[in-house]
Amino acid sequence: MDAISRVSGRAIAFGAKNVDTDIIIPAKWLKTITREGLGEGAFETIRADPDNIFDAPENAGAPILIAGDNFGCGSSREHAAWAMLDLGIKAVLAPSYSDIFSGNAVKNGILPIVLPQSAIDRLMEVAKAGEPIDIDLDTQTVTTPFQDRFTFDIDPFRKHCLLGGLDEVALTLDSQEIIGQFESRRASAQGWLTAGTHV
Amino acid sequence: MANTAPRTLYAKIWDDHVVETRGDGTAIVYIDRHLVHEVTSPQAFEGLRSAGRSVRRPELTLAVPDHNLPTTARTDANGARIPIADPQSAAQLAALERNAPEFGIRYIDATAAEQGIVHVVGPEQGFSLPGTTIVCGDSHTACHGGLGALAFGIGTSEVEHVLATQTLLLQRSKAMEVRVTDALGPGVTAKDLILHIIGEIGAAGGTGYVIEYRGQVFEEMSVEERLTVCNMSIEAGARAGLIAPDETVFRYLKNRPMAPKGTDWDAAVRYWKTLHSDDGAVFDKSVEIDASTIAPTVTWGTSPEDVVPISGAVPAPEDFADPSKQAAAAKSLDYMGLTPGTAMTDVAIENVFIGSCTNSRIEDLRSAAKVLKGRVKADNVRWAIVVPGSGLVKMQAEEEGLDQIFTAAGFEWREPGCSACLGMNPDKVPAGERCASTSNRNFVGRQGPGARTHLVSPAMAAAAAVTGRLADVRTLDQ
Repeated sequence: MDAISRVSGRAIAFGAKNVDTDIIIPAKWLKTITREGLGEGAFETIRADPDNIFDAPENAGAPILIAGDNFGCGSSREHAAWAMLDLGIKAVLAPSYSDIFSGNAVKNGILPIVLPQSAIDRLMEVAKAGEPIDIDLDTQTVTTPFQDRFTFDIDPFRKHCLLGGLDEVALTLDSQEIIGQFESRRASAQGWLTAGTHV
Repeated sequence: MANTAPRTLYAKIWDDHVVETRGDGTAIVYIDRHLVHEVTSPQAFEGLRSAGRSVRRPELTLAVPDHNLPTTARTDANGARIPIADPQSAAQLAALERNAPEFGIRYIDATAAEQGIVHVVGPEQGFSLPGTTIVCGDSHTACHGGLGALAFGIGTSEVEHVLATQTLLLQRSKAMEVRVTDALGPGVTAKDLILHIIGEIGAAGGTGYVIEYRGQVFEEMSVEERLTVCNMSIEAGARAGLIAPDETVFRYLKNRPMAPKGTDWDAAVRYWKTLHSDDGAVFDKSVEIDASTIAPTVTWGTSPEDVVPISGAVPAPEDFADPSKQAAAAKSLDYMGLTPGTAMTDVAIENVFIGSCTNSRIEDLRSAAKVLKGRVKADNVRWAIVVPGSGLVKMQAEEEGLDQIFTAAGFEWREPGCSACLGMNPDKVPAGERCASTSNRNFVGRQGPGARTHLVSPAMAAAAAVTGRLADVRTLDQ
């Protein structure tokens, strides 16, 4: 994963609530064994309309997506994050996300920024006016050319991983010893846990 | 470390799985069981391979294909395997068949009697156990909470993380209590109850929470019914749902192939009996629901929160207070081709799907067959299929003669898999057509591009099949 600290540029004023991952990437696109090339299927049903917001010329290359409550609900498919990344989206601004989607986003270097609905409404106006939005992860702020300034919270561990472009598996593998100790403790106290798995 | 303060069931399972808590509040949480299927795992195995990593505890992962397998015959008259026609699906299946042995993981073949939907197979094999942490690259992993396991869906990067480390890096969730009082009326099922609960909480209401379902109604439920309830926790935004394990669960699991045996079993049951929320345990949020007020419930829109009693009518956008919900409702009605005010029982359907990890267990099939016995599907019902949750469910149903009832009623009797729940295999609902479906999601395009889904219980799906419309199963003579 690439390190990410700042995302600036045009934002797609999408705004919809309860956008499920079937909308972000329909199931037929999940039949792949790689992570690449899913941008073509991203938001496919919406993009079937020639006047859709994603393919509007002014939104070409927009790195930010603005959405409503509960973005990324439904299926756990990480393909949703891969498809968005392939489409060029590096940050989402929304009042809330599904727990699974926000985790998937962070693991792929996409910022899932949580802001209150009032801030989202304002940023929708800015995006519709064609003005850029700037997201600074380090200072945890979202700013616009109109002097709007919103601060956001982010889990410190997620921030650390995003800023460093860190591989979580490698981080956890540093704790192998303590995981091994945990396993040994439980093996003696609760042997039933693995009794049926040795076939 | 003595824990004297009253704890929730969630807190007890969480506490017992924390390997290490970091300063930032993130915990390394041990994962006891991992289910893997063909769709969300190829990139995880590839990640391991390219980093030169191995699987830490291969015996704690169980692989079984389910998502894109066709549900037509898998072997020919000579017992030879019939290849999958779709090259991409075939490639995914081939990848799992290659990855499982390469990394030392137990694999249930597509043609084995034990094959089925991961969330049916786990409990059925005794792989899923109370008090364990269970994950899978599938959001309906919440299902296994019906056994009293902390079970939740994960993304592919997390699948790779579990394979490599047998742990996940997690933030503790908040605990929500859904307390259901009184009892469900006749003809009202676990599916109706969970649809109603999702309607009350909303599709995002459970975000950040683990739900514990509490009340006598759950204590009286079979394991199959509990799995149905917990399965759809994710549709309310909750990553996991839990029901405290009890004798019903212990009876269900005893002697299952991978369940502990002998003294291990006794030790397990002793531990499992401690798994309940203590008196005085504090939940971050509580919701109370009166079961006696719930009717058989159906969905009208494109979010699982869009529920209405079968006795009700299609709502109008202006029935909702929230302006963004009004806009969403208008779009949903347009997609669904429904006019506000139409009685739900006047909505004609052309397709019926009985299956999915929500409702494909033996009790679900019995419930549908009971309604269908001696009846046939209506002429306007073009396509009706039953997809058992596993090969073992299928065999059991055939022993009971349920397959005969289904086929006599005009249903197709299929091989196990996820099927028309998400239409990754050839089982799809055509654009513009309506389906009464026992699955879990009515999202736009979920059952096929342009398909219109109405979520219902198995009994209600059967009632819809014989009347050709959404119908109140209570009005049919039984």
